[in-house]
Amino acid sequence: MKILVLISNVPDTTTKIRFTGDNTAFDTNGVQWIINPWDELALTRAVELKEAGSVEKIVVANVGGKITEPTLRKALAVGADEAIRIDAEPKDAYYVAKQLAEVANDFDLIMAGIEASDYNGSGVGGMLAEMLGINSVSAVSGIDIENGELKIHRDIDGGSQILSVPTPVLTVVQKGIAIDPRIPAMRGIMMARKKPLNVVPAVDAEPRTEFINYELPAPKAACKMVEEDNAKELITLLHEEAKAF
Amino acid sequence: MSVLVYTENWDGKFKKLSYEIVSFAAAIAKEINSTVTTLSIGHVADDELKSLGNYGANKVLNVQDDRFESLDNKALSDAVAKAAQAEGAKIIIFAHNNEGRALAPRVSVLLDAGMVSGVNGLPVSYEPFTVKKKVFTGKAFANVAIKTDVKVITFAQNSFDVVEAATDVTIEAFDPQIGDEEFVTKVLDTHKITGKVLLTDAEIVISGGRGMKGPENWGGIEELAGLLDAGLACSRPVSDEGWRSHEEHVGQTGKIIAPNLYVALGISGAIQHLGGVSSSKVIVAVNKDPDAPIFEAADYGIVGDVFKVLPQLIEAVKELKAQG
Repeated sequence: MKILVLISNVPDTTTKIRFTGDNTAFDTNGVQWIINPWDELALTRAVELKEAGSVEKIVVANVGGKITEPTLRKALAVGADEAIRIDAEPKDAYYVAKQLAEVANDFDLIMAGIEASDYNGSGVGGMLAEMLGINSVSAVSGIDIENGELKIHRDIDGGSQILSVPTPVLTVVQKGIAIDPRIPAMRGIMMARKKPLNVVPAVDAEPRTEFINYELPAPKAACKMVEEDNAKELITLLHEEAKAF
Repeated sequence: MSVLVYTENWDGKFKKLSYEIVSFAAAIAKEINSTVTTLSIGHVADDELKSLGNYGANKVLNVQDDRFESLDNKALSDAVAKAAQAEGAKIIIFAHNNEGRALAPRVSVLLDAGMVSGVNGLPVSYEPFTVKKKVFTGKAFANVAIKTDVKVITFAQNSFDVVEAATDVTIEAFDPQIGDEEFVTKVLDTHKITGKVLLTDAEIVISGGRGMKGPENWGGIEELAGLLDAGLACSRPVSDEGWRSHEEHVGQTGKIIAPNLYVALGISGAIQHLGGVSSSKVIVAVNKDPDAPIFEAADYGIVGDVFKVLPQLIEAVKELKAQG
């Protein structure tokens, strides 16, 4: 089985978010870049499956400029065999999916994180599956391979399901697919330097959306405090004032 | 030409979210002199379907076909796209939840439409069609224009008030004509837990952190959640310690939720935790540390001992329920 893991290069989760150019662009100055946390969990599960002997190859792919290469090297250090960087600025989800569709043809399983922590789009995975004409499963919290066949665990209302879906298939994965992201070991980091990182030119595609500008949220109103001994008052406030139930 | 809303059902029933999204669609339809058609797939009684008319739906397309029960994303997406084409819909709206996120991107490709997810209010402009959404996990907003003729959006729960607008609604059976070969997802096993609410769709979530001191103390949280029909969540240290299943971990590396009400008990509120819950409409915090960052995100708070507070909350909810 061959697995493709889609990798988004995102600012570290503790980054202070600022914009430039009259709030039209994200200020990347001084930003530390990481593998999108959910993509990292997807990759971790792919590596676990490979270690269990049921996967022959893991490829990671990203759409981005040269700035994303350290992130791809890290993915190689975690255990991917090969990386593909499609050399283009990611303009929108459609544009990114269109680029990935060029390199995603030859895989049994494609894994995408539930969303990227920068633009919170959650669009690329489903779009890519539709472009490839293959099925997709969302809310995936576990993947096993038994006798060469995928067993996909999906969360549903009130419980969970185990599914069989023919390959090729794209899974949109969430927490649970792996518990903790794999930290690259020194040996992995050394090996990653020798693994292929192929740079592929972009294909023409017209983005369908345009990020016009950005705003920072208004400061939040102060928290309304209730005394510890009078906690019942909180339920009254939630019921009558906040109308929360 | 109409605005098409995909209205998912939960065991044949709609939720507040369904009415919220229909109200939202009705407001958009009014602005562009259009009407609201909703698409319902599954067994929903006529009375329940008609209830969508109370919030502005003009037409309900009703698909009753058991094959869709396996939630095959490709078949479902094809069905939505066919409904959109039959209606000549220019705007297709999904909820920004599990199912909406699964289907909207596929439908956008099928309809050559641009898509924006997690839209959190009415369009900021119609020409060009521009919507607002959260980015950087709630640390900022972006205004995004959709440049295609047909537009797909997913609507963030709790970002529009339910508006009653009694409307004459017609219910039409609809057959999207999806061939058997498209239904390839096979459900091998379904594991249902009575009373368990899907965390990512829950309207109320009760969450415990390290301040709960140990897994043996979760009885109160479960009781309160049971009384309020709420989902159960926890902070990362709690799932790391194995006190609770990692399925319940909410936060930037766990699940991202946006309930009406998020109650954080004994959670300090690290930035990674807030990243997963900051879209909640109302946040309540109980923590013994008055300087805990959770109070900066919270709307209501109690500085105090969670073990003194929790029984009072349970008692108060019971009293409220007893009053009906």
